[in-house]
Parts: sequence; C-alpha cells; structure tokens
Amino acid sequence: MVEVNAIYVLVARELIKFFRERARLVSTLARPVIWLFLVGGGMSRLVTPGEGVSYMQFIFPGILGMTILFSSIFSSISIIWDKEFGLMKEILVAPVSRLSIVIGKALSGTIVSSIQSTIILMLFPLLGIKMGALSILYVLAIAFLLSFTISSLGIIIATFYESFESFSAIMNFIVMPMFFLSGAMYPVNKLPEILKYISQINPLTYGIDALKHAMFQSSSMVDFSLITDLFVLSVLSMIFVTIASFIFERKK
Amino acid sequence: MPIIEVKNLSKHFGAIAAIRDVSFEVEEGTIFGFLGPNGAGKTTTINILCTLINPTSGSAAIAGYDCTEDSSIVRKSIGIVFQDTTLDRDLTAYENLMLHAYLYNLKKSEMKDRIHDALHFVGLYDRKDDTIKKFSGGMKRRLEVARSMIHRPRILFLDEPTLGLDPQTRANLWEYIVDLPKKHNVTIFMTTHYMDEAEVCDRIAIIDRGSIIAGGTPEELKKTVGGDVIHIKTSDNTRARDELEQHFSLEVSEENGELYFTSSRGDACIPEIIQTLGKTVHSVRLQRPTLNDVFLNMTGKKIRDEKMSSSDTLKEDVRAYRRRFGRS
Ligand SMILES: Nc1ncnc2c1ncn2[C@@H]1O[C@H](COP(=O)(O)OP(=O)(O)OP(=O)(O)O)[C@@H](O)[C@H]1O
Ligand SMILES: [Mg+2]
Repeated sequence: MVEVNAIYVLVARELIKFFRERARLVSTLARPVIWLFLVGGGMSRLVTPGEGVSYMQFIFPGILGMTILFSSIFSSISIIWDKEFGLMKEILVAPVSRLSIVIGKALSGTIVSSIQSTIILMLFPLLGIKMGALSILYVLAIAFLLSFTISSLGIIIATFYESFESFSAIMNFIVMPMFFLSGAMYPVNKLPEILKYISQINPLTYGIDALKHAMFQSSSMVDFSLITDLFVLSVLSMIFVTIASFIFERKK
Repeated sequence: MPIIEVKNLSKHFGAIAAIRDVSFEVEEGTIFGFLGPNGAGKTTTINILCTLINPTSGSAAIAGYDCTEDSSIVRKSIGIVFQDTTLDRDLTAYENLMLHAYLYNLKKSEMKDRIHDALHFVGLYDRKDDTIKKFSGGMKRRLEVARSMIHRPRILFLDEPTLGLDPQTRANLWEYIVDLPKKHNVTIFMTTHYMDEAEVCDRIAIIDRGSIIAGGTPEELKKTVGGDVIHIKTSDNTRARDELEQHFSLEVSEENGELYFTSSRGDACIPEIIQTLGKTVHSVRLQRPTLNDVFLNMTGKKIRDEKMSSSDTLKEDVRAYRRRFGRS
C-alpha cells in the first residue's frame, strides 16, 4: 500500500531543507566542477580517448554520474541524521506503510539529485559537446532513473548505521570505490580483470554508460547496450526499494 | 474492555532484561501513570506499545489490536511525545506540524484549522515561522504536545513530558494535559520522574528494574505507607527515641537532627507524645504521605536521588550535550 500524502510530504520536506541550505547546494555543485576542470583539464594533456573526443568531453558523463552519486547518497544517508535527532521515530510511528516511507525518501534524493545534475549538465556547451533538445531530454531522463537507483541503494546503506560518525566510512569505503569503478574516469574494459568484474555489479557503471549513449554518437565509448543499461537500473531500483522496505518493516 | 492491555510482557536487549513479565490494564478516558527510576523500563514499554520494537515475549494490545501483529491499525489510534525531541530542527514550527498532518493523512480542509488551534493552544502561534533551532527546550516540548494531538489520537503517550522544564512551564503544560481526557476523550499514558505530577493520575503503576512492584490509585498507594509521617525535634533525641520506642512500640528513624516515624492515627497521637516527652519537645510536624514516600517505601530509594549513579550522570550529560550541540 502506498500513501501519496506521506510520499509528497517527505519529498517536500527534503526540498524545503535543500533550498534553505544554500551552502549544501554550492558545495555539492563545487565538487563535480572542480573534478571536471582540474582533474579533467590536467589529464587531458596525457590521455586522448580518440575519435575526436577530448578527455574533458569523455569524462563529462562520469562527472554527471559523480554529481548524481554524491547528492543521491548524501540525501539518503540523511536518514542517519534523522535517527540521531529523532525525527525518524516520528515518521516510523505514523500510520504509513514502510514502502511509502522508502519511496518518499528515495524520491527525495532523486529530485534533489536531478536538480543538481541538470545544473551541471548545462555546462556542456563550454566543453564543445553538441547536444540537441532531444538528447538533453534523454540525458535528464537517465539522470532521473540513475538518481532513483542510487538513492534507494543509499537508504539500504543508511539502515546499517546509527550515528553520523559513520559518514566518512561510507564515503571512503562505498562512495569513492563506486565512483572509480564506474567508467567515470576511464573505460571499464581497460580495467584489470578483477576490478572489471566489480565494476559490473556497480549500478553507477550502467548509469554512466547510458549517459554516454545519450551524449555521444560514437559507439566505441560505451560498454553495454542502452537497453541493458536501462533494464539493469530499473530492476536494481525495484530490488533496492523492496529490500529497504523489508528492512524497515523488520523491528528490533 | 480496557483500551490498553499488557500481558506478561518481557523485552531483552542481549543479556539485559529491560522489562520482565509486566502486566497491566488501562481504562479508556483515564490518566495512567507509569513511575520508576532511571532505567526501570518505562521507555521500553512505551516503545513496544507504540509499535517501534517487538517484545521478546508476552503481548500488548491497544483497543483490542495487537501491537506486533496489527501495528498499522494501532499506529492510527495513538499519539506520542517521546522522551527525546523528535522535531525537525531545520523546519519551522508550522512546517513540523504540517509534516505531521500529512503523515497522518488529515483532510486538507481540516489541516490548517487544527494546526492553528494547536499553535494557539500552546501559545506558540506568533513563533510559528521560526525554525526549531531557535526554540528553547520548553517551547519544543509544548510544540510536541500540540503536535501529538493534531490527528486526535484515542491514546496519548507522554514519556516524561516535562523533563528539564522550569516549574512554571511544567505547571502550564499540565494544565493543558489534564484537560485533554475530557476535551478530546483521549486516554493518557504517561511516565514521569516528578512525583507531584503523578497526583493527576487516576491510576499508577510503579516499575523498578523491569518489574511492576505496585499499582493502584494515588490514594490507595499512599495508604500502603501505613499512615502519616510525624517529625519531632527534641533537645535529647536519643532519649526521646528510646521512650517513643518503648511506650508506643514504634519504629523511629532519625534524619537531619529530626526524629520521624509513621503512625496510622496521625494527629490523635500527637498529644500523647507531647505528654510523654514533656518539655524536651521543640517542634512537632505531621506530614500526609506523598507518592514520594510510597516510592521510598517500595524501593528503599528516592525516585530522584540527589546523587546520581555514574551511568545516570553520563546519560544526563549525553542528553545535555545533544540539547546543546545536536540541534544547534
Ligand atoms: N536499544 C537498547 N539496547 C540495549 N539496551 C537498552 C536499549 N534500550 C533500553 N535498554 C536498557 O533497558 C533498560 C530500560 O531502559 P528504559 O529506557 O526503558 O528505561 P526508562 O525507565 O525509560 O529510564 P529513564 O527514566 O532513564 O528514561 C536500561 O537498562 C537500558 O540500558
Ligand atoms: Mg525513558
């Protein structure tokens, strides 16, 4: 059972807090911009992906993926803050199905993350990437789907932690490896065998691959078919949401 | 049928038995007080009743619905003020109440009125657009009590609603709370450390180290103390004590240079005592038993010992820390 009112209010709460905290908006946008221009700018002297694509252009889908990864995870693990400050109890004693709570939380992360990735996407003319209105819409739709997948994964991660001391552990052992093993900075098929295997169970890999499909015409940039990407992301989203609501349902 | 029915309830956290074989009933429309020292198991019992945790064994039911099996039905009929604040400190007072109204699926047409009424009722209407960060502890508490009634629950749980409030705010809050049963036909289940606050209860259960050790109306409990307490100051306490113990076969104790004992015939025995002890008597004072005496009698300790054990002090420190930094 899904309660629309509860989902609506959980999303509204996240948006109110997001716009009230300008500092968070600036800092989460600063990270991808810094990576794009400092890392991308520096590396482009060393690496040339070929096919008339510069390294900065090559990593742009990865930078979008990074924006989505960080803002979705950050939004979802705010559940840990909610536990610490008690608001989670107010939500858990409400007559709302645990599925609605999970969907409400996942959509909160998705919408915040989509807003941020839209802002980053608007940098594309600066990098000399050509995209028509239709490609932009494709990119945004994929960004939305990927944000939902990562947000629902973030909720599962958050259920394992009780306090925000765990924040840096999550960043170092989950988020950073997910970023580097996703094809964001270098093609997945150039990775050593074992890392390649890990990257194939990383949802971000499929999201970034799908973004590459939507941004570049050249097929040598991508690792999977677009259908595979979208299928994996959708199925993972459903699995993550189901697991998360199951965990919420189970009481101590 | 009682609105709350708890039967042989136990809850273990690893090796710790937080509550052991607890049973009680609460009648609809009454105020029920759950009293006990730190760590007695009050919050654990409330957490089970409001469906947050499952018991290890035994059962708890609200309006006939089992708290474990039918949690979604139970959730509809309860309102709670938790021991620690559960407001969103980044939202305004108004937004916090809105969040609640949406979570409880109130009709859009009712929301505004209910929220405005609630804010007026606890005197926070003119602060409604301030974020909770800017609220004092007392304001937060009042707002939480107001919030817990917005969806008109049949049962209201109050876990130490006045903890850390100044006497005036406490009095104000109680004025509001004791009106609720008549006004909204709600049953109240409350815990408190302040024994004087428990006087408003229709029935009380005293819990210590996870087990209920006494129950009844405040009057019944006070009777178990065995009468009134008489305090006497004399010029020679040792002699006076001997004489009292011999003549009246009483059990006399001494505290702060004052003798005291319990007597079932309160005022009537004062003249006899003065006659016996003669001129050595400086003062006599008669005290009706309070719930504090009941507690002292039952557990051998005051509910709020001046000296807290180190773990309790730690707990207080953590709470103070959270209050100060957590919501800054
Ligand atoms: N989640 C938990 N994990 C482990 N032990 C717990 C947990 N919750 C409570 N306890 C233990 O259960 C016992 C009862 O705790 P509870 O919070 O119910 O006491 P209380 O009567 O509410 O005390 P206080 O007046 O301090 O609020 C305590 O010994 C406490 O340490
Ligand atoms: Mg407690």
